[in-house]
Amino acid sequence: MAEILDKDIEMEEEDTQKGKYLTFVVGNEVYGIEIRYVTEIIGIQAITEVPELPVYIKGIINLRGKIIPVMDVRLRFNKEPKEYNDRTCVVVVDIGEISIGLIVDSVSEVLTIPDEDIVPPPQVNKVQNRYIKAIGKVGNEVTLLLDCEKLLNDDEVAALSEI
Amino acid sequence: MIDDSQRDSMFELFIFETRQLLEELEQELLQCEKTNQIEGSIDAVFRIMHTIKGSAALMQYRNISELAHAVEDLFFILREDKPQQLDTPQIIDLVLGAVDFIKDQIACAESKQAVDGDASSLIATLHQYVAQLKAGDEPVKEQNVMKETDNPGPEAPGYEAVIHFEPGCGFEDVQSFALINDFKQYATAIRTVPESFIDDEDGIHLIKSQGLKLTFQSDLDMEQLKTVLEKNAFVKEVVLTCIEDEGKQTVKSKPIIDLDGEIPQPVAEKETKETRVSEPKTKQSNGEAGVKQSLISVNVNKLDLLLDLVGELVISEAMVTRHPELDGLPLDNFYKAARQLRKITHELQDLVMSIRMVPLAATFQKMHRIVRDMSRKLGKEVRLNVVGEETEVDKNIIEHISDPLMHLIRNAMDHGIETAEERRSKNKPEYGTVTLEAKNAGSDVLIEIRDDGRGLNRERILEKAKRLGLLTKDESELSDRDVFGFILLPGFSTKEEVTEFSGRGVGMDVVVKEINEIGGAVLIDSTPDVGTVFTLKIPLTLAIIDGITVRVGKSQYSIPTTSIRESFQMKAEDLITDPDGNEMIMIRGECYPVLRLHQLFNVHTEVTRIDQGVVTMVESNGKGLCLFVDELLGEQQVVVKALPKYIKKVKGIAGCTLLGDGSISLILDIPGLIQMMTA
Repeated sequence: MAEILDKDIEMEEEDTQKGKYLTFVVGNEVYGIEIRYVTEIIGIQAITEVPELPVYIKGIINLRGKIIPVMDVRLRFNKEPKEYNDRTCVVVVDIGEISIGLIVDSVSEVLTIPDEDIVPPPQVNKVQNRYIKAIGKVGNEVTLLLDCEKLLNDDEVAALSEI
Repeated sequence: MIDDSQRDSMFELFIFETRQLLEELEQELLQCEKTNQIEGSIDAVFRIMHTIKGSAALMQYRNISELAHAVEDLFFILREDKPQQLDTPQIIDLVLGAVDFIKDQIACAESKQAVDGDASSLIATLHQYVAQLKAGDEPVKEQNVMKETDNPGPEAPGYEAVIHFEPGCGFEDVQSFALINDFKQYATAIRTVPESFIDDEDGIHLIKSQGLKLTFQSDLDMEQLKTVLEKNAFVKEVVLTCIEDEGKQTVKSKPIIDLDGEIPQPVAEKETKETRVSEPKTKQSNGEAGVKQSLISVNVNKLDLLLDLVGELVISEAMVTRHPELDGLPLDNFYKAARQLRKITHELQDLVMSIRMVPLAATFQKMHRIVRDMSRKLGKEVRLNVVGEETEVDKNIIEHISDPLMHLIRNAMDHGIETAEERRSKNKPEYGTVTLEAKNAGSDVLIEIRDDGRGLNRERILEKAKRLGLLTKDESELSDRDVFGFILLPGFSTKEEVTEFSGRGVGMDVVVKEINEIGGAVLIDSTPDVGTVFTLKIPLTLAIIDGITVRVGKSQYSIPTTSIRESFQMKAEDLITDPDGNEMIMIRGECYPVLRLHQLFNVHTEVTRIDQGVVTMVESNGKGLCLFVDELLGEQQVVVKALPKYIKKVKGIAGCTLLGDGSISLILDIPGLIQMMTA
């Protein structure tokens, strides 16, 4: 019985999570990721470097006994590196079976963006757009909605980490 | 009423039990085959099939239970009629066929596929054989037997049994039904209290609170009946009493309790105690049952969790006792207590590790079947010789070595062992021998697969390697081991034709991959016409190792203590540099390469002059390597954790671990580094 109740609660949560996005700032832009991927947000902490990884994978951190890799989103988007400060956050996301921390400049808020306010990204023949799944309109501002799976499972990453 | 978790645990138990029974059955049959006599095993086979039938029926796998029933029928005839003319090999084949079918079905069930394989042809063959047997024997005798079991003589004594199920075992009604069904073969005139219980809440409640009461007649004596009843699933206890007249009970062969007058509940309870007291005796007389009760089976996941927890405990113990805030404080009594804590945590850890250690016997036993099937199909007579099967390894490792072993044995039989004629011409015994040997060697376990076949052909391997462009050195520079190592590469198969079992060139590289995954290595030795030896070198355990922590720049690395030979400081003039810039050092007449970790891992450090830091000499597979690090930080037991999946494999790193202060240290893959430097 208890399990069934749990499931019910999960279902409800699934529903309440729909259309909600965690927004964060990297450089001048505001990005959003679906809230269901996010497990927690922590401050920046000591990162252990692991050799032979692409530059944007900064290493691994100890999250209460669980060891997870961390990715600097700035470097992932080919932006200039920036010193970490007390605004810097690690957003821990669970995508499929992979837990990974995303290092972002700062975390803003949780927004509800209804489906009608989400538009596909403009068709530009530039590769830069590949991590953006859609663009959300919030008032006069836009939020770039990230495609988490692409962020992680790019061929490039696979190729690099197999070295 | 039955919730999912209960059904799941039933299901798991079913899979586990049936697997075990099937393995046991296979052993039994192979034993029969060796001696070509089935008589001794009839009871065992009958019992196993009976249990499988029962549990499969309970799980509603009709095809399995029907097949098991058919086999049971066959062995019933064998047991009761003892036919003179027995075609043992045929019977064994039939039963093995059934075993394979059930195994398949169980695998389906486990992967949540439909268990709907068609057993009818197998069943038909079995029935046919039974009919044949019956026809061969006098039919009269058969009927007699049937009659006897169906209808015990009128003088059969009456009994009353109260059966209590384990609390919380779930669906007592079904359990009772299964029990009674099973019991019908031993007893007649069975009556139950409560009379109806299937889907009857009151009945079930009664069974739960007061147990299932059975009255019956049987020819078996008390002890036998008790064993029969107790072997049923989830039976917690059986209280057995003998009834001579309706309503009047006496307990035979036990101290007599005054039972005059009516038999109210309290007296029954007294009796319960009596029987309980006598229980140890039953156990003694039936050693097997005693052993069974002292074992429990635990879900591996729970053990993994326990290990994780103990790992965390080891880390937090270090975190507390080596807390920086304790520095310089006079805390004699604290350290005394801390030492005690450390001792207990380490004992606990050893214990958990030992729980996870499993003898290789079960894995080795499986190989008998492979050898048997292969020798039939290949038409080569091969004997399997098993040595050291009691050697224990971690459960996680066992799972990884079964497939490689199977593969290597198939290979040995297919390619290694010659045909009978060939062997005769070489003055070897006609039958080939494959030896499977396990032994401990320090923190490793060595498993050898030896055949006495034709051995590997160095020339042909070289030729093929050349053709595939695998040669990087001059032929003459390659040692035999190097050459034989080529056959472990993907896509390398010297056998021209492909057989059902081997020869496709897939496989050997899979063997290597599996073994490497658990941190092991594969070595090959071979002598022409004497045979080939594959040695699998696998670590005893994966989980917790003793490690020395070293520092390079800001990073910390752990080196397994077992692979460290010595650490020392080096003088700058001892360093030898060859024209290619490779650094070496001469120690006691031997030259070792020097590897600077800060260069390898590209870590920034102040310590770059060789006489500033520390050199640690490590060793694996008889090859040595000197690692240059900034400083040694100390020894600690570390819990090995895998790197996150996302990072995949990094060269030279075997995993990572948490240090006492919560920071992460990377564990160096010493065999990997040495291979990298010396290859």
